[in-house]
Amino acid sequence: MNDVVLSNIEKTVLSDYKYGFVTNIRADEAPMGLNEDIVRFISAKKNEPQWMLEWRLKAFRQWLKMEEPVWANVKFPPINYQDIIYYSAPKQRPSLNSVDDIDPELKRTFDKLGISLDEQKRISGVAVDVVVDSVSIATTFKEQLSKLGIIFCSISEAIQKHPDLVKKYMGSVVPATDNYFAALNSAVFSDGSFCFIPKGVRSPMELSTYFRINAENTGQFERTLIVAEEGSYVSYLEGCTAPMRDENQLHAAVVELVAHEKAEIKYSTVQNWYPGDKEGKGGIYNFVTKRGICLGDHSKISWTQVETGSAITWKYPSVILKGNHSIGEFYSVAVTNNHQQADTGTKMTHIGKNTKSRIVSKGISAGVSNNSYRGLVHINKNASNSRNFSQCDSLLLGDKCGAHTFPYIEVKNNSSIVEHEATTSKIGEDQVFYCNQRGIDTETAVALIINGFAKEVMNQLPMEFAVEAQKLLAISLEGSVG
Amino acid sequence: MNTLTYFQEQFNQLQRTDAADGLIAIRKTASDAFNKLGIPTTRNEEWKYTRIGGLFNKEYQFDINPAITSKELDDFRLPAHAQANEIVFVNGLFSSTLSTIRSSDLIVLNLEDAAKNEYRDIVTKNLGHSVHYANDGINALNTAFAHGGVFVQVKKGKSLANPIYIYHVSNARSGNSFSQPRGLIHVDENAGVQIVETFVTLGEQESFTNQILEIVVQKDARVEYYKIQNDKSTASQVSTTHIRQVEKSFTHSVVISLDGNIIRNNLNVVFDADHCESHLYGLYCLQNNTHVDNHTVVDNAKPSCFSNELYKGVVGDNATGIFNGKIFVRKDAQKTNAYQSNKNILISETASVNAKPQLEIFADDVKCSHGCTVGSLDEEAQFYLVSRGLSKQSARALLLQAFAMDILENIKPEPIRKYVEQLISERLEIDVL
Repeated sequence: MNDVVLSNIEKTVLSDYKYGFVTNIRADEAPMGLNEDIVRFISAKKNEPQWMLEWRLKAFRQWLKMEEPVWANVKFPPINYQDIIYYSAPKQRPSLNSVDDIDPELKRTFDKLGISLDEQKRISGVAVDVVVDSVSIATTFKEQLSKLGIIFCSISEAIQKHPDLVKKYMGSVVPATDNYFAALNSAVFSDGSFCFIPKGVRSPMELSTYFRINAENTGQFERTLIVAEEGSYVSYLEGCTAPMRDENQLHAAVVELVAHEKAEIKYSTVQNWYPGDKEGKGGIYNFVTKRGICLGDHSKISWTQVETGSAITWKYPSVILKGNHSIGEFYSVAVTNNHQQADTGTKMTHIGKNTKSRIVSKGISAGVSNNSYRGLVHINKNASNSRNFSQCDSLLLGDKCGAHTFPYIEVKNNSSIVEHEATTSKIGEDQVFYCNQRGIDTETAVALIINGFAKEVMNQLPMEFAVEAQKLLAISLEGSVG
Repeated sequence: MNTLTYFQEQFNQLQRTDAADGLIAIRKTASDAFNKLGIPTTRNEEWKYTRIGGLFNKEYQFDINPAITSKELDDFRLPAHAQANEIVFVNGLFSSTLSTIRSSDLIVLNLEDAAKNEYRDIVTKNLGHSVHYANDGINALNTAFAHGGVFVQVKKGKSLANPIYIYHVSNARSGNSFSQPRGLIHVDENAGVQIVETFVTLGEQESFTNQILEIVVQKDARVEYYKIQNDKSTASQVSTTHIRQVEKSFTHSVVISLDGNIIRNNLNVVFDADHCESHLYGLYCLQNNTHVDNHTVVDNAKPSCFSNELYKGVVGDNATGIFNGKIFVRKDAQKTNAYQSNKNILISETASVNAKPQLEIFADDVKCSHGCTVGSLDEEAQFYLVSRGLSKQSARALLLQAFAMDILENIKPEPIRKYVEQLISERLEIDVL
């Protein structure tokens, strides 16, 4: 019976990447390589003010002095940072006002992905800020949001139109020189999203961005900044699909969240970058710095991620709990198969009093992949009565994959309580047998068990995103998810 | 002269004088490794929370005659020593005159002698195996100076009625002392032994002990290992215990850390055969500025092994408790059951705990779990006791004692258990209830 289970699971995890196709649109590219001139080129191309250029250059100069981190539990050939094109924009007429202006070729891409813009606009009520190869093409629902005072636009546009806000918050959570990849991003970031929710406003819809890597050899350096003012609420969705490629592509994004007093930010990600083929060739390197700060009292930041793609994932969405009574959450499902490697987790830094954090991480590894959870819970000396609960479970499908757990727990306060628990197991034969006995075939049983395993996290996704997430999980685990 | 230059000179001299010795090649490799790796800094992941460099910047007095008398040792002897087999190291060197071997089932030799005679194979095969689990210069440093160590063989089929006590005495009366004791214990087929290790510093100066004990466990053998660290606040230790179960066997260990300056314990349990079993317990009950770093490794290299690990900490004053537990399950080690748990109570506002319970699993048919908690004493439980007439102080003490008892009850030799219980009671200021 064991063999049957394995073969089904294998079928499940060996399903091919469905969203691998290349859009043929001409791109406006920077020359290959990276130096100060390239940084200036990007800045000039985007018509940026002087302070922004200086900010980039400062980050770049610092980056030159830094070394690529090697502590993560992942292996990959050295990256040649001079072998990458740092800027590429689809040749387009600037600032589109309606979806009808979009390049028809590009539009077909969205249709294939199932996010046809006009449909989205009409039916789902989701504003989509589409980023194809670094430049925003279209932003919908902008007007509707602006009536409430919500700013939702590309970061380039924000730099032009809201320089004060950008100046104030950019780099305040992830400093330009925070780490190697964040510094690189700070120097060369091409575009991204900016979101500002004014005091007391509850965003009426889920804000969403689709990132796509398109032109060959183009690193993606997205930068997202979300600021929630006092008493506001926003739910932000980020989804990724990328076309099939042979060469590795570098993706080093930075996401910063700022929650003021009583504000709440919910950030959900479904990540399905190209993971490489069955031999581990190609695939995206996803080296992301995501961090939020609960600046004010009673604020809350919640990260939810479903990670199914990328050849290598290096990602630790973190929360700095600075305000008293603030709350940080991290829910994650990471699926790796074939030669994928994931080193992902979170950091919860408790600074304020009565702060709470909750970590639920579910890792599923298959094929010859390696899946690591790496998390830090730090309770500062003054963070009295803080509370953390962490749970990280791993499910192994197959005997060639690995599951690893590296939790760091640092407690300097004696009125706080920190709990961590982790388990590793495979799908029990008895569980499958139980289902078989009741007339459920093995394949459905495996699906049922995997679904149950991930459910705690999937439940956290907003309704609008749940369909998409299920679709992506279904692709990764095809044949078993009913 | 700085300590590191001294090491190099001392090493050259040692290699010259002991040229015929079977350990010369092992030392040479280790010395090269030490020169390459150096003293670990906090940038080394395994030393992230323990700063050891400062201990190497001190002036140590190497050229003294550390000799002590048997009478001086009496103050520090463990209970029931009259029946036990006692092995004494003074400033890192095995002293046969101070040691007393009572059992005829034991063979105790100088490590150098053992490396020359009939035990040569056992020594060369097993000495230095712990290096595979230490990516730092500290382990190499001890091996580079592997001399004056001890070799113990527990004879085949013999179960020792009384334990072996190992004392590491540092004579720091006239200056800071630096010791590097080395031991290899070979527990032969179907033998059984209890080992108790402890550390003693004499004098007011500082002591630093970099110690390695390697235990090889053969088929059907049973080993109980106890380590008690209750030395002065001027005493620092890097204490490595490497237990290698080369055939189906059983081991049980309890590590008790109470006092000292900087204490780093490396406890490795390696399952090199199917169906091995090991239980690992630890208790650190700390006050003042004591810094205790417990690193444990359970390496499931072969299938169908079982391990259970429970470490507990009560950390007060400015003390720091660190727990880093690793469980490896290698590719073919199916049917592994490995459990790990670490529980900590912080009893002062300036105490801190850093924990890193780590799992690395490469096989799928396994059951592994780990848990870790850090918190303070349960208010409700305290209230329950206070409402029944106990003073707040007694209630606290009672709860802490109960917390510690989970570990203490695993100390099987009764005199030792009573002795440790007494130390803990004093530490927790428990009035006899």
